[in-house]
Amino acid sequence: MIAQPIQTPAGWRRRERIRESLFKVIGVSVLLFAMMALTALLVNILLDGFQRLGFDFLNNYASRRAAQAGVKAALVGSLWMAVLTAMIAVPIGIGAALYLEEFSRKGGWARFIEINIANLAGVPSVIYGLLGLQVFVRVFGFGESLLAGACTLALLVLPVIITAAREALRTVPQNIREGSLALGATGWQTVRFSVLPVAFPSMLTGVILALSRAVGETAPLIVVGAAAYIASLPSGALSSYTVLPIQIYDWVSRPQHTFHQNAAAAIIVLLVMLLSLNAIAIWLRNRFQKRLAI
Amino acid sequence: MKRQLFLILMLFVVVFSLVRCQSSSDSANGSSSSGSSDSSLSGSVKIDGSSTVFPISQAVAEDFKAKYPNVEVAVAQSGTGGGFKKFSKGEIDISDASRPIKPEEAEECKKNGVEYIEIPIAFDALAVVVNPKNDWVEHLTVEELKRIWEPAAQGKITNWSQVRPNFPDKPLKLFGAGVDSGTFDYFTAAIVGEEDASRGDFTASEDDNILVQGVAGDAGGLGFFGIAYFEENQDKLRAIPIDDGIADNGDGPQHPTADNVISGVYQPLARPIFIYVNKKALDRPEVKAFVEFYIENMAALSKEVGYVPLPDNLMPLLKARFEKRVTGSAFGEKGSIVGVKLEDLYKAEEGK
Repeated sequence: MIAQPIQTPAGWRRRERIRESLFKVIGVSVLLFAMMALTALLVNILLDGFQRLGFDFLNNYASRRAAQAGVKAALVGSLWMAVLTAMIAVPIGIGAALYLEEFSRKGGWARFIEINIANLAGVPSVIYGLLGLQVFVRVFGFGESLLAGACTLALLVLPVIITAAREALRTVPQNIREGSLALGATGWQTVRFSVLPVAFPSMLTGVILALSRAVGETAPLIVVGAAAYIASLPSGALSSYTVLPIQIYDWVSRPQHTFHQNAAAAIIVLLVMLLSLNAIAIWLRNRFQKRLAI
Repeated sequence: MKRQLFLILMLFVVVFSLVRCQSSSDSANGSSSSGSSDSSLSGSVKIDGSSTVFPISQAVAEDFKAKYPNVEVAVAQSGTGGGFKKFSKGEIDISDASRPIKPEEAEECKKNGVEYIEIPIAFDALAVVVNPKNDWVEHLTVEELKRIWEPAAQGKITNWSQVRPNFPDKPLKLFGAGVDSGTFDYFTAAIVGEEDASRGDFTASEDDNILVQGVAGDAGGLGFFGIAYFEENQDKLRAIPIDDGIADNGDGPQHPTADNVISGVYQPLARPIFIYVNKKALDRPEVKAFVEFYIENMAALSKEVGYVPLPDNLMPLLKARFEKRVTGSAFGEKGSIVGVKLEDLYKAEEGK
């Protein structure tokens, strides 16, 4: 046995303090590195794309002439896509979470569903595209439409929404449910008037994350037939469409540098759109939380 | 209760603003369109397929839209293979293709009763490029390129001195198209002699801009991609003239210029690109108008977006072929044929 040097409490404390400050340095430098990468990326894109931004860029359709090209169809398509996806995914996702947390018996069946949801979260997005192509585009006969794309994206983001909604439901104190039931409320009334209002704000967080992901997806939409060029706006859920990430993908792969500037500008538009979606959702969350506090 | 109202209100605001957006744009289109526009034609045209052909189809769609503002033209790019898959099921009207249709794809079309008209629309030439610091390569032969790219070269041919004895002792770094692209299919067929036969140890990317950066940043770099990408980056790259060793189509090394591609001497690295039109879809007036517009304008527009237009003398042949609705592929549904003249092919077909 090797004799360990006996340490005085003071020496031990000093060593631990050095360790702690070392860990701090490592932590901060990792953070700085990540931030620097992000900042460099943003600055690069802003410098490249800023000059192309303007009303015309938002109000023109894509074009072979880079200077006249804009993101109108892509921007409106992305908005449609976000709204449609949310309309499909949010009710189903929250409903599924409510069932799993509030109504189902904890047993084999619930665990089976749980495992499947966890697995779905790990499936690459192109696979969802292939599924959507067969199921929504062909079998359901939606064609290469906004609706088919939105259904595909809804499937893609469901695991995120369900998981977040379940976490939210778990944070609702049990005595709220018991109080409600004790007053004679049915299971549904308890969920509807006592549990959901408390859980809703944090459910929204999951919805935000899910929608941000949906708005940024390219691969599954290319598979389900999103156009890369279209010079008209969708007239309904069954129209052809394009979205911002596909427009960016097209412009980035062009040989001409002017198209790369367009891509940078479109990335800024996409970022602003994502940030404002998030801002709306955060604002909504805060409103609900405030109301609950009263 | 209030909360629900608020949410519903939000939804209404979003939906309403979308509808507003749409109607205002419609009226804007209506007022801004010039006198030559024809608003009587409506309907939609669906195009999908090769990303190489996409810029041309987009340009045609853009000008077509200006003339027929009520026709909705959607151009997608899911690759030549992906396009043909949808085309053979009758899901799209026109398939963009950077190579002729393959036997399996033609079979699939036949099975689903899809008859098609093949229209070559332009040439795409592949440039073989090196770094400007490379001062030892004046030209390369197809034989040398084959020695560099064939599967047997993997891990062995890694130095310029192995390519030709008088080349200096410099490491050879290779950059090429991604293995799923039509460009890779064609390059391997043309150089190695067998489609998809290639060494695997090179930097592959579907994004040609990555390849441009790769060769531009490596003094020993060698790469290939569409000439449009070379022309935009002439300050960073040098294109190498290629000698195919066949005296009939231009003796000696040939530069990748538009003239050489049209006259057929830049071989074997120039290939025709196509659109395939569903014959049944031509019953719809908007599709017929679109294809006629395509043929009429493809020479000018393909040139504008960086491709090499077909020779003028081929145009009447193609027009007549389309008017007669000749279906099937002049390539015999065998896929790429390297080093053949389009004119000979389509004339031979006419003679049958």
